[in-house]
Amino acid sequence: MSSQTGGEGRAIKSFWIEISFALFLAALGGVAIIDSLRLGAGWAADGPKAGFFPFWIGLCLSAAALTVLVQTLVKRSDAVFAQTHELKLVGAIALPTALFVAVIPFVGIYGAGALMIAGFLRKLGRYSWLFSAGAAVVLMAGFFIVFEFWFLVPMPKGPLETALGF
Amino acid sequence: MTADLASLLLGFQVAFQPSNLLFMLIGLVLGIIIGVLPGLGGANGIAILLPLTFAMSPVSAIIMLSCIYWGALFGGAITSILFNIPGEPWSVATTFDGYPMAREGKAAEALTAAFIGSFVGALFAIIMITLLAPLVAKLALQFGPPEFFAVMFLAFAAFVGLGGGSPVKTLAAMMIGFLLAAVGLDTVTGQLRMTFGSVELMRGFDFLVVVIGLFGLSEIFLSVEEGLSFKGGRAAIRLKVVFETFKTFLSHWALAIRSCIIGCFMGITPAGATPASFMSYAIAKRSSPDGDTFGKGNIKGVIAPETAAHAAGTSALLPMLALGIPGSPTAAVLLGGLMMWGLQPGPMLFVEQKDFVWGLIASMYIGNVVGLILVIACVPWFAAILRIPFALIASLIIVVCAIGAFSVKNAYGDIVTMFVFGVVGYVMKKLQYPLAPMVLAVVLGDRTEQAFRQSLLISQGDLSIFWSRPLVASIMAVGFFVLLWPLFQKMMKRPELKPQQG
Repeated sequence: MSSQTGGEGRAIKSFWIEISFALFLAALGGVAIIDSLRLGAGWAADGPKAGFFPFWIGLCLSAAALTVLVQTLVKRSDAVFAQTHELKLVGAIALPTALFVAVIPFVGIYGAGALMIAGFLRKLGRYSWLFSAGAAVVLMAGFFIVFEFWFLVPMPKGPLETALGF
Repeated sequence: MTADLASLLLGFQVAFQPSNLLFMLIGLVLGIIIGVLPGLGGANGIAILLPLTFAMSPVSAIIMLSCIYWGALFGGAITSILFNIPGEPWSVATTFDGYPMAREGKAAEALTAAFIGSFVGALFAIIMITLLAPLVAKLALQFGPPEFFAVMFLAFAAFVGLGGGSPVKTLAAMMIGFLLAAVGLDTVTGQLRMTFGSVELMRGFDFLVVVIGLFGLSEIFLSVEEGLSFKGGRAAIRLKVVFETFKTFLSHWALAIRSCIIGCFMGITPAGATPASFMSYAIAKRSSPDGDTFGKGNIKGVIAPETAAHAAGTSALLPMLALGIPGSPTAAVLLGGLMMWGLQPGPMLFVEQKDFVWGLIASMYIGNVVGLILVIACVPWFAAILRIPFALIASLIIVVCAIGAFSVKNAYGDIVTMFVFGVVGYVMKKLQYPLAPMVLAVVLGDRTEQAFRQSLLISQGDLSIFWSRPLVASIMAVGFFVLLWPLFQKMMKRPELKPQQG
């Protein structure tokens, strides 16, 4: 993990993130244990029941996660998760991606993709609106041809494609 | 032995079919592009393209996909040397000396050394596969479910014991993988596990979707931290430089062979190409008389990690072919491909699917020769890819990841799952949880559980079946030894340390 301090922003320690993630994993293991007990985690006449394997996996996961938790609490290291300006950059990519995923059911994957590419080019690449929109439309049209006609893999489509008769 | 040679010739016939040669070329070019682009790795690139190969014959499909793998191995070196950006994790060690060489104006030498090293490493590993794989498969034909479970146990134990990093985190990552694999319909009893009434969860987690999220999306998030633009030198390679570098390479033959051996060893065990490259670099540095010039542009610092990484990446296919147990995440995705094309992975492949196995092995020879020529000839063009604005590359890769995730089962839910795994993968990488064991566990989870349950069906619930026979007992013993290796190391170190402190 990089400990260098950039000129801008401040460091975010991994301590609390480490603890939260370990707790999350321990809970995940707990869920697996509970569901496996419901199915029966013991032995039937002919061998292990359906819940046997996931039960022990869940137990191992919880145990490992709790060990990580204890180690983190004992060590109290100053390890850095990321710098704030780094996280801002990650957010600048991750949030539009989340938005892209969220609108796919409404405008289809090609429309959503074009919107995201245009947005990225404009916001991150600082290109003109016209260039960004043009590049996005051309690229997604290319994708459309490749996947719908060459590979014959139908992707989720929206009202735009319906209007064009696909 | 002669029978194997005949099979290999048959394989060359398969591989030399014009359509297969074309797929090979497509695979190599795509692979090098994937290798150059940060955020698109071998495992992830293959995972995205896998659903598109359903209509192809399995041989053509695996030839194309494995060539993507070779291409990605070659391509990783280009950006490491010219841009100081490792396109792939296994080329991180190549940046240590490759980038300084490029800054001294010796980019062409560094690139050629890296490519020749990669080629030699791969060739060494392919020859080993040709000779050993049939023997291992023959041995494995006698395996029953307990032996298979033992081998898988060994593979996973090797991650915990030899993978480096925190063993507890490795264990946790692996268990997440096993849990994900268990979600959905239990094939033995027909019961639903951990679905909580959700139809989406009933389908289970497809490993391709997990791989695309973990290795694709999260890589984009990671690489964006470094900033939004790439800066680097240009390079074209002249033929004269190729010959001169080849001569230099030959003078380092001992280093090359040692790197090959390190690579093959790390590749067969699931440690993989990345630790192999670091280990080879470290050993080369320690054993060289001019070790202090490492990191300042020593050509040996390029040869050692590249040779080992390629040897490891290639030899990872040996256990995948002969045992059905992949030695790396990329091999794991290829193994998943076998199952999707309707082939049963494991030693029976060598008996029932001779065309497939030997066609693949033969294509490895041809693919690496063609790949070497291709990268040497076309370096400037491939390097130019990184001059495309990052905003465009990143958004295109995200769209491609989404299309790849959707096409696995034509389900929108998979795109959401992919995104979630992208975020989880980013957090896990930042907290130094290894992702490779998690992916391997997702791919092998069902098979591991099946082998375990079948063993217990045979023994009627008696666990002693795992150490009742000499073969299974010895594999399990090695597994436990490897698993507890970090503990042994600690115990051995303690008495050494005390006198130094006193």
